[in-house]
Amino acid sequence: MYVDYYNILGIDKKASQEEIKKAYRRLARKHHPDLNPNDKNAKSKFQQINEANEVLSDPEKRKKYDQFGKDWQHTEQSSGSDKTVYSETQFEGDFSDFFRSMFGEGARAGRSRQVKYRGEDYSAELHLNLIDAYETHKQTLTINGKNIRITIPAGIENEQTIKISGHGGPGINGGPNGDLYITFLIANHPKFKRLGNDLYTKVDLDLYTAVLGGEITIDTLNGKVKLKVMPETQNGSKIKLKGKGFPVYKNEKQFGDLYITYSVVIPRNLTGKEKELFTELSKL
Amino acid sequence: MESLIPADEFCANHNIEISFIHSLQETGLIEITTIEETGYFPASQLQELERIVRLYYELDINLEGIETINGLLQRINDMQDEITTLRNRLRLYETDE
Repeated sequence: MYVDYYNILGIDKKASQEEIKKAYRRLARKHHPDLNPNDKNAKSKFQQINEANEVLSDPEKRKKYDQFGKDWQHTEQSSGSDKTVYSETQFEGDFSDFFRSMFGEGARAGRSRQVKYRGEDYSAELHLNLIDAYETHKQTLTINGKNIRITIPAGIENEQTIKISGHGGPGINGGPNGDLYITFLIANHPKFKRLGNDLYTKVDLDLYTAVLGGEITIDTLNGKVKLKVMPETQNGSKIKLKGKGFPVYKNEKQFGDLYITYSVVIPRNLTGKEKELFTELSKL
Repeated sequence: MESLIPADEFCANHNIEISFIHSLQETGLIEITTIEETGYFPASQLQELERIVRLYYELDINLEGIETINGLLQRINDMQDEITTLRNRLRLYETDE
């Protein structure tokens, strides 16, 4: 696809070298990935700006672009390249297909800053459910065609990012590889809510047990637990089960607490006898 | 022990003057250890150093500007952490899925 470099830099086709330089500097500062660490689009935007500057700041490339730019596929075919089909612009590498077809793979000017010592950092997202995050376990991920087996420590937080050193892009000139950053996205659980290492849940309590007390069995994330319910337990009252919450990250022998909120359920479809007894009770 | 990278080797690879590294050291942006007259920096600082080199040479930002940016980026990171904590707290009140 034809790429309009003038449009990318926001300049006129008659722009002077000084205007190109100024526009490039302004946009590069705005979109540079180092200045936009949380913007996933910054890298591709910056690459487009770089590419536009690469062409327009070089008088020879600019002349060729102005002359053949719109007929770039024709230019590419006449140059005898094996590549014939380009359906869309890609910025996965440093340059788009459009740039490579017009100027070739090695067309970048001798800019010393392109020599990289350390490889590129990669980032990935991994979706887990709450049960997955409860226990330390291993998972195999495929990053850029490579399988990486990682250990996910119990207690990992939602949106927590961990660094896997050396699993990013390869280093150049014998430099170290980049790192891989994995952000964990943990889905809500239908029954348990998590806040840090503590878990929160609601337990339904029938009216009679709430009034008279008794014993109930509840679910926790690691099995069932029997609980004594005190007589006259109020709706919405809370109890804490110490150590029944979530494991502490990288200290999985320690656990947070489980907070239970009782929800007293009023009986429905009362029989005549029940209504009679409740009425009698209300008059006491 | 943390591995060290010779500053002159880094400069040769990035085609920059060693005086640039010295000025970074003077402003406190990186720490250099000198062993037998050769300057070294810890491998853990490599990522930060490369970022500074990019800002300085690609964007023409001076060292004062880089210091300011570092401060602002730190604030962004802190705020991002706070947003994550608050977002996770908000999940307590979201309806069950």
